[in-house]
Amino acid sequence: MGLLSKKDANLIKDPLADNNPITIQVLGICSALAITAELKASVVMAIAVMFVLGLGNVVISAMRNIIPSKIRIIVQLIVVATLVIVVDQVLKAFAYPLSKTLSVFVGLIITNCIIMGRFEAFALGNGLWRSFLDGIGNSLGYGIILVIVGFFRELLGSGTLFGYPVFGDPIEKTGLYSFGYENNGFMIIPPAALIVVGIIIWVQRSRNPALIEEN
Amino acid sequence: MAINTDKNVYTVVFASVMVIVVGSILAFLATGLSGRINENMRFEKQQNILYAMGINDNVDEGSVNFVPTDIVEDKFSQYITEQIIIKGDQIVDNDEAYLIDMKKQLALAKKGETPELPLFIGEKDGKKFYVIPMYGKGLWDDIWGYIALDDKMIVQGVFFDHKGETPGLGANINQRYFMDDFTGESIMAGTRYAGINVAKGNNDPLNNDKEDNEVDALAGATITGNGVSAMIKETLNLYKDYLKTIRTN
Repeated sequence: MGLLSKKDANLIKDPLADNNPITIQVLGICSALAITAELKASVVMAIAVMFVLGLGNVVISAMRNIIPSKIRIIVQLIVVATLVIVVDQVLKAFAYPLSKTLSVFVGLIITNCIIMGRFEAFALGNGLWRSFLDGIGNSLGYGIILVIVGFFRELLGSGTLFGYPVFGDPIEKTGLYSFGYENNGFMIIPPAALIVVGIIIWVQRSRNPALIEEN
Repeated sequence: MAINTDKNVYTVVFASVMVIVVGSILAFLATGLSGRINENMRFEKQQNILYAMGINDNVDEGSVNFVPTDIVEDKFSQYITEQIIIKGDQIVDNDEAYLIDMKKQLALAKKGETPELPLFIGEKDGKKFYVIPMYGKGLWDDIWGYIALDDKMIVQGVFFDHKGETPGLGANINQRYFMDDFTGESIMAGTRYAGINVAKGNNDPLNNDKEDNEVDALAGATITGNGVSAMIKETLNLYKDYLKTIRTN
């Protein structure tokens, strides 16, 4: 028997493709548009969401039988806000440079629909281990899309990856720029992310027609 | 026996306990970590001041690397020869001038009160630098920085940073290709304190013209750029009486 049962493994595998939170559930779109102009920001956001969603799902799952239904959304918000503040403070104390990179995105994690969505749809009805796997799976699915979008936006918009020039120097006109190539300024503004996400959705549905909804 | 979670009394008690528990966790965390966080912020200020003076660990034309944290205090005391606080006509030495919050001081100045203005005088390779801290507003949140001037009011280096400008756009004010453009610019236009404008479409992307009080703007970050221009102008305006006393041209 492997480390995970088939059912448990699906909690990790499904959100990566066939039940991806961004391309299938259409959640977390706002942050995917806002922070994917750079690949580094995409990776940092994905890691931060993984921590908050993994641990948040466990906390909500642990409290699922005692949370009053009338205030469950408020309780979920308090849990996610607390975790985000904890992450922020610990990073500020022990990894200050990283906390500066993260600071822009920490607020966005609180508003990320995927987190509230998974608390509501999964953690409130499942045990600790399965909730943890669901949190990790969904944040991985979210992270994959962020990294793909960040890759294309930074490459085509700025000609760099993780800040390192890939196409040459656009001012000195070296490398690809010496052939007349220009960075596409449109790629670094949020609407470009919508188009890249749209293309991913199109490719995904073309490869797997079962994902196409019937009218 | 199963708990009836629908009762109003239970809801109120649960909410109260949760507030107490969460509040306690956060208060405990804040108290426990505040020492380390404040120390990190202090080192960061020292690193930024030194960076504006050109003391850094940059390895190539694109990198922004500060003096390492473990040696920043030594470097700071080595290069910063004097820290002063300017309050109206009074100028006093203060070894902890870098701890002054410029945001609060600018707010005081706006209310018509006399602010305490920190200024750092440094020396490198026999040359004197005057480093001024700045604070302003970007598109989404605060922006800040340091500007190092010589006695001819020529910029010797800058450092900018931000709290929450748009990644890939306004957030690039802390990138080398933007900050380096300020070096060599004069903040004077004749005898007037003109500051430095972040200008769109000034046909000078390499910033060869050092006499125009302008640097090339960041694409797609007009409001952040305007914020940087305003920040430089407003801050220097507060220091101009002192700057007059050190100007040599």
